[in-house]
Formats: sequence, C-alpha cells, structure tokens
Amino acid sequence: MSDAVIEEEVKTNPQGDVITSAPVLETKSKKGAEAQHVVDPETLFFHAPREKTFITGSEAAKEAIRRSNVDIAISYPITPQSETMQQVGYLYAEGYVKDYYRGEEEYGVMSAIAGASRSGVRCLTATAGPGLMRGLEVIASWPGGRLPCVLLVMCRVVNAPLAIQPDNVELSYLLNTGCIVLHAENQQDFFDFPMVAFMVGEKPEVTLPVAVAVDGFFVTHARGWVHLPSADIKLPPRNCYHEAVPMMDNENPPIRIARDAPIQKSNFISYQMHASWQQEIWAAVERSRKWLIRWLGGLIEVVNPGAKIMLVASGAAVSQSREAVRQAQEQGLDVGLIKVKSLRPFPGRELVAALDHAEHIIVPEFNYVGWLAKEVKSVISRTERVMDGPRVFGGMSMPTELIMEKIMSSNGRLPNTHSA
Amino acid sequence: MKAESSYCVLPGPEGLLPPAAATQGILPPEDGEALLEGRIVSEDEAMDAAARALLTRKNPTLFPGPLMLWGWTEHTREKSVPFFEIAAEVPGVRIIPMPDYRPIYPKIDPEAVINPCHPNLTIWHNKIEACILIGVHCHFANITLKMIRAGTNCYTIALCAEAGHEDAMMSVPNCNAEKIAKFAEALRRVKRQGVRPLYAGQGIIPSGWSQIAALKGHGNGVRPEEVRAGAGHTASFSHDLEQGLDENEE
Repeated sequence: MSDAVIEEEVKTNPQGDVITSAPVLETKSKKGAEAQHVVDPETLFFHAPREKTFITGSEAAKEAIRRSNVDIAISYPITPQSETMQQVGYLYAEGYVKDYYRGEEEYGVMSAIAGASRSGVRCLTATAGPGLMRGLEVIASWPGGRLPCVLLVMCRVVNAPLAIQPDNVELSYLLNTGCIVLHAENQQDFFDFPMVAFMVGEKPEVTLPVAVAVDGFFVTHARGWVHLPSADIKLPPRNCYHEAVPMMDNENPPIRIARDAPIQKSNFISYQMHASWQQEIWAAVERSRKWLIRWLGGLIEVVNPGAKIMLVASGAAVSQSREAVRQAQEQGLDVGLIKVKSLRPFPGRELVAALDHAEHIIVPEFNYVGWLAKEVKSVISRTERVMDGPRVFGGMSMPTELIMEKIMSSNGRLPNTHSA
Repeated sequence: MKAESSYCVLPGPEGLLPPAAATQGILPPEDGEALLEGRIVSEDEAMDAAARALLTRKNPTLFPGPLMLWGWTEHTREKSVPFFEIAAEVPGVRIIPMPDYRPIYPKIDPEAVINPCHPNLTIWHNKIEACILIGVHCHFANITLKMIRAGTNCYTIALCAEAGHEDAMMSVPNCNAEKIAKFAEALRRVKRQGVRPLYAGQGIIPSGWSQIAALKGHGNGVRPEEVRAGAGHTASFSHDLEQGLDENEE
C-alpha cells in the first residue's frame, strides 16, 4: 500500500466518526525504518529536539512504535484498542514494522507473541477489557517464560452487561501476573511510556513483558499536546543474546537447551525449583526499578508536596485530580497530588515518604473495587487516613466536583459524602 | 543505586525458601562495583574475599554454563582462556558443567553435571563448599543460587557477563575476559598475602564422564589446554547426558 493511498483513505470508527491519522512527519526517504538511524535511549528520551503536535492517544502510541524499532506486531481488534493497532498497521505499510497480522482471538494473539518473543525479536501487542481477560492465561505465563514484549492495554468495562466504555478494573487482574505495569495519564505518556517499556523489559537483569495501560477513550480517542522527537531516529534493536534466558536460535548448536523446563514431577525438588523460579520473576520486577526511575523520572510525580490533603491517582484520574488540586488551591485549600506512573513495581517506599505528613489521602479511581486504594493501604502506615473513593465506573466520567467533595469533607467543611 | 538492605546473603543452609535478595532491597551493582554478601563494595575487595573462600573451603568447584561451553560469540571464546587460568590457581578444583537447563531427573549424575532444577544434588554429593557460576544465563543462575543458599553451606560466586547476581555471596557484573583474568590475579594475590590453599599441591580433580575420558593417561594436575581439548566437544555433553535419562519416570 502506498503512502498516497493511506493519506486519501477516510477511516471511521464504529460510530461513523471520521478517524484522522497522525500528522505525516517528514522523513528523508519513504523507506520507513531504513531511513531512520539508531540512537541510544537517553538521546531519544531526553536530548533529541521535540516538536509539539496535537494528536490522539492512539496516534501518540503509533508515533512511539514508529521510533521503537519493532519487529512484529500482532493483535486482535477490540474497542477501544482497534484504532491504535490500525495505526500500527499504517506503520507496517510504511516499512516501520517488519511484520504485522491479526490473530484469531486474544488467546492466540498472546500465544503468538510468546513465540515471537522467544525467537528474539521485538514484539508489540495491544488489547482491551474482555480481550485482556481472554488472553490473561497466556499473559500470566509470559513473565515465567522471561518473554520481553510490550502489551498496550486500553482499559474498558469487562463486566456484564456488555459495555465498551471506560473502566480500569481489568488492571487489578494484571497486577499479579509478574508483568511490569505502567499506567499512562495522557497522550504524552502514551508516547513516552511504550518506548521506555521496550528498553526496560529487554534489560538482561529484567527480561520481562511490560504492560502500558491507558484509560480507553479518555486518552486513546481524545487529542492532546504531545512533544515528538524526529521520526528519523529510533531505539536500538533488541539484543536477544544478552538476556536472562537463551532465545530460540535454530541456527546455533545448543538448540537443545530448553529454557522453559517442565516442572511436573511430584516431589519437593520440583516444587522448590518452581518456587525459586517464581521468586526470580518478582526479583526481576524489582530490578526494573532502577531503569524506570531513570527513564520515567521516578515511579511517582508529586505535585505540591507537603500538603495535608494528598490525592493519589494513576491514569486518567491524575488529569482530573490535577484540575481538582487547581480548584482547591483557588479556594485556599492545601491539597497535593501524587501521580503513580508504575503499578508494578509499586512505588511503596516513595509513597511512604511522600505521604508521611499527610492527614488525609484521597484515591480517585475509574473502577468499583478501588485497587489503587488497596495498593496504597498495603504500603503506608495509619491506613485510616485513606478515604474511600471517589470512584466511577461503567463508563462514567469523573467530574472534578466528586474529588472536590472529598477534599471538602476531609477538610471538615462537609460531612463525608457517600460513594462506592 | 546503593544497597540499603540489612539482609545478608550468606552461605546457608538458610531454610526451606529463602527470599530472593532483590526483594529484600539488594539490587545489582554498577559497573566497577561488586556485591559481597549483599553489600556493594569495590571489585578488588569482593574478589579478594571470594578468592579466600575458594582457596580455603572444601571441594572448590567451577560450574561453567552454556555460555561458556559453546562458542555462541567471540566473546564467549575469549573468556575460556582466563576461566582455565582460574582453575589453574585453585588447587584441588573440580570443573562440573551445567550444559543444559532441562530438569535431569531422577537419574542425574552429580559427578558429571549440575542442573539448575536441582543444583543441591550436585553440591551435596560432592560436598562442595565453594563454587563459581560462570556462563550461566542469568535466569537460571538466579534460581540456582537461591536453591543452593536454601539447602547447602556452599559459598557461591557468580562471574556474570551482565548485571550481576544478588543471590550469590559474591558477584561481579559485566565480567568480560579481562575481569575474569582479574579474579585469577586476585587468587594469586591472596596466596602471596599468605592464604594457604586447603588442597595445596593438588591440580584439577577430574570429574564427570567426558572429563575423565579426556584425562585418561594424564593423571591429576592436567594442564588447562588438555582439559579444553577433551571437554570442548559439543557431542560429548549431548550424548553422554541422555544415557539413563527417562523423563517420564517418577
């Protein structure tokens, strides 16, 4: 497919809205990845000049993949992920992704990604809500297989009755798989985080899959300002001979090395080996901290440190919380915010330090179960400081008034309001 | 990042299921540093301590893994020379390979191989109290090191080509041929400082079928070049090890 055809094609979403593609960025030639040159991660992340663009979250992810030297992208369409992988399809047509196809469904997709990762190439997939749940059995096997890849998760409702709207309860299932899990707040994060994810997951001492989650629609389908480096540069390729396990190389003699030993004997030694293996997965998650801190600028971001009332949020709830903090400060209230960028590894020590002084802790979330509040309570002392909610789910948006009510009630101005 | 944990990585047996050191706050050192019992120290300090352990504890053993046994890269080949330099500096040392990561159960020959699925069998059988893991992929080195710490009193040394291993008593990251040679020099240095090797006067102890076959007629104290000539053949591992192995047998 030529570039010209891509630009003339009018795409629509299921609602019939026209989907526009990201701005076409000038490259030195039309040969896609061949026109790019490899730079070290620090250069791409921090030093390369950036240009400000106004694009959707899906387009931001596309631009990240364009610069990530991806070998293969496999997925199965599901709202709200479909548009992003459609964008990645354009990259395949343009020569930025070497292989790209639609799997039969998510179980097959995640299995195919496992095979691709074992072969030593850089892999991308993406899913959403029920698709994540369907693929979860395989996804939970990735860390034990030490399979670096990037999984984009565009969160949506998973519960019956069927709905395709925003809700991130699915992340509570993903947190205990052994995958590294990042949660992007906005379009800029959805550009930056996937590139960091590739580099961290492929570090030899880590060698793990990384999920980059984002709240569907709020970020994927909405436009925001994104600072993009030149499309002429890209990340180094995956170095599969420097990882925690041998890749499957049929051209080299020791192909008989089995990297995923079947541990099926009913004896203590087998149990012990499996236990040690599981410990190693979570140890590898811990080793990712150093790189995430370096390349994400910390596992958390703190706004107005020292405030007596602190909001703690991840994903799109951070943006709503930023606005609530602004409104609260206009009213003379001392309110701060902690943005949690990384859910696994969880920034326990950072939260303990940043919340030590706080008298009230409010955790706004886009799900019923309040998984982030539980995570926060699991690491801090005096957990009675954590207020319940506000939480919205099933596709609801989160008006800042909900957060303000919590702030006001915690400040003694209103009785504590009821929410889920 | 400096280690901030109070957890110490010491010879065991530590118990049923020791924690992974990384989850106790011990993380890999930067290049030029090393981990010694969970503390980040200079390479020289760590190497000297490990050299003393290797020379003075019972049945010192080198465990070369697939990255040392096969010529995956030129880098791998380069490292085999200082590897045998280390062997030559440790009287009474054994060389027991870890050629494969598949579980070899129940008929492992603990004199011939060590396996990451049950490394303690080889340690126990040979009463090994100090060892070096080298050329083992990091994932398998880590699970092995934890199991050794759980059930044995073996002092573990990991000379790692990547980031290093928190679960070893001593680990040096980014171990290229130069750093491996530096460890051989540490062995010479501590001997000059007065450390008397436990097995002074002995050479390399033959161990395992392939090595024993290679050493026929040479006796003890064989030169490293001769060991390499016999043990470096891929088929010697792949065929010998499968004899007597029934993976379906309980």
